Amino acid sequence: MITRMVPRLLKHICLRFVTNLFPAPHMPPSLTDALAEPAALTPPVPVGQRFRGRLNYDRAKCIGCRLCLRVCPANATDYIPEEKKILIHNDRCCFCAQCTEICPVKCLTMSGDCMISSYARKESVVTDTGPVQTDVKA
Amino acid sequence: MSTTYKVPIGPVHVGLKEPVTAWLELDGERIVGARVRPGAIHRGIEFMARERNPIQVIYLSERICGICSFSHVLCFIRAIEDLAGMTVPVRGQYIRTLVLELERVHSHLLWAGVACYTIGFDSAFHLGMQLRERVMDILELLTGNRVNYGVATFGGVRWDVTPELAKAMREMIRYYRREFTPFRDIVMDDPIAHARMRGVGVLTGEEAVRYSATGPTARASGLRIDLRKSSPYEAYGDIPVEPIVPQDHFGAARGDVLDRFAVRVMEVYQSLDVLEKVLDGLPEGPYAAEANLNKVLASLKKAEGTGWGIIEAPRGDDTHVVHLKGGDENVYWWKVRAPTYANAVSWPLMFRGNELADAPLIINSIDPCISCMERMMVTDGRGDPRVVTRAELLERCRRKTFDMMGRRA
Ligand code: SF4
Ligand code: SF4
Repeated sequence: MITRMVPRLLKHICLRFVTNLFPAPHMPPSLTDALAEPAALTPPVPVGQRFRGRLNYDRAKCIGCRLCLRVCPANATDYIPEEKKILIHNDRCCFCAQCTEICPVKCLTMSGDCMISSYARKESVVTDTGPVQTDVKA
Repeated sequence: MSTTYKVPIGPVHVGLKEPVTAWLELDGERIVGARVRPGAIHRGIEFMARERNPIQVIYLSERICGICSFSHVLCFIRAIEDLAGMTVPVRGQYIRTLVLELERVHSHLLWAGVACYTIGFDSAFHLGMQLRERVMDILELLTGNRVNYGVATFGGVRWDVTPELAKAMREMIRYYRREFTPFRDIVMDDPIAHARMRGVGVLTGEEAVRYSATGPTARASGLRIDLRKSSPYEAYGDIPVEPIVPQDHFGAARGDVLDRFAVRVMEVYQSLDVLEKVLDGLPEGPYAAEANLNKVLASLKKAEGTGWGIIEAPRGDDTHVVHLKGGDENVYWWKVRAPTYANAVSWPLMFRGNELADAPLIINSIDPCISCMERMMVTDGRGDPRVVTRAELLERCRRKTFDMMGRRA
């Protein structure tokens, strides 16, 4: 039966392919080996201007006021009383950017980094990323 | 003599997106009775709110629903603003309206696609999903996220609409005016889609009133109800919105699944018009009343009282009631009534006389959001299980309305 869908479907055959085959076009024989070579992977789609990714934390600038702990909805920030500094658990963070807004010295910023999954728990803890980088937004 | 069988649909079923159980009583293929049993996905969000301050709860309320997350956020924020007496700059109100309507577009498009998928019209499902990408891109450009935007805050919004963004949105509106109509025609003119949706899951107008249906479900049954018209909030005071009912467009309201489909499709066009008017009328000025979060937190710590927020979410009326205690930083209590809760009551009526194969379609036809709906039961701790009768409930409701009218007068 010819319905209105048929011409649509025929049109779609000649359309451009839009899916980004991330991280690889086909399932590699060994996923572990493939992931060990990031250069061979298909890069992800670039993130938008206002994308909020992993937090950057300028540890030296932090004054230990604990305001970021007060607003964090996910309790992703921990205070280290001995050092009067914080650390951020990325795996708990919901990327709301509330802490970057309240921080009085602006030592917390959102980066555009979205590839933050990891098998190791320790890798998703941010302790210091150095002075504020250029890829950050307010 | 006929024998009936009890067959469960759910809690886990290929046709359902979220866990809910419908126990259907079947006579052959025909459904003669139904009982809906929610309770598989209660998350205790209101309890979690009690150990968080209002700013933290914004992001918690965002996670009540992934599709209409902004509606829940806005509803919660309006409840807090109501009790603390905060005002929102006009530009903030317009941007909130903008996000609300963008969310309605994406929610209705998603639903329309999923409805096609439920009747086995997979090519239309993919077309719907393809259309939806455009509004998701705009939401990402505006807020940084595709879902859970994090864009609202007390007294305004957190991100502004730049001229480039406004341009991209106008382009999106043009794209939808051009591309959405073929999708609508493909489904609404398709004889098989008609056969699957016409006369299925009927809810008459009178039943919709009696069972308190809301949103598109009620409008498809012919009720002219829309909070954007009856109780305008944010920019809807400036931008009139007429409720969309099938009798205006197709002659009669049958209250079946096809009517629900049609109402949502027409609402996408309406949302595009509203979006255009918002962009045209976007006033200059600040978009948030108070940028200093510490001041906001301090003023909310002092605030005491109960606040209400009621808005028209894509699925129906969404209600949040919040209580804050003076001197206590955290939310004292918080009650959420998601639209699905009101609409799900009508399920057993919609099932009557339909066939088993239509059950997932009927369940999906109200655009259910089960995890939003599953709220806590309240007990007074004395173990007195009492059933409140309809008359008593009505009486309490009237009393409360009079109380509120008195308070606002
Ligand atoms: S971005 Fe949000 S969730 Fe993440 S650490 Fe900051 S406040 Fe917490
Ligand atoms: S708000 Fe900023 S300065 Fe204060 S503790 Fe957090 S990171 Fe440090």
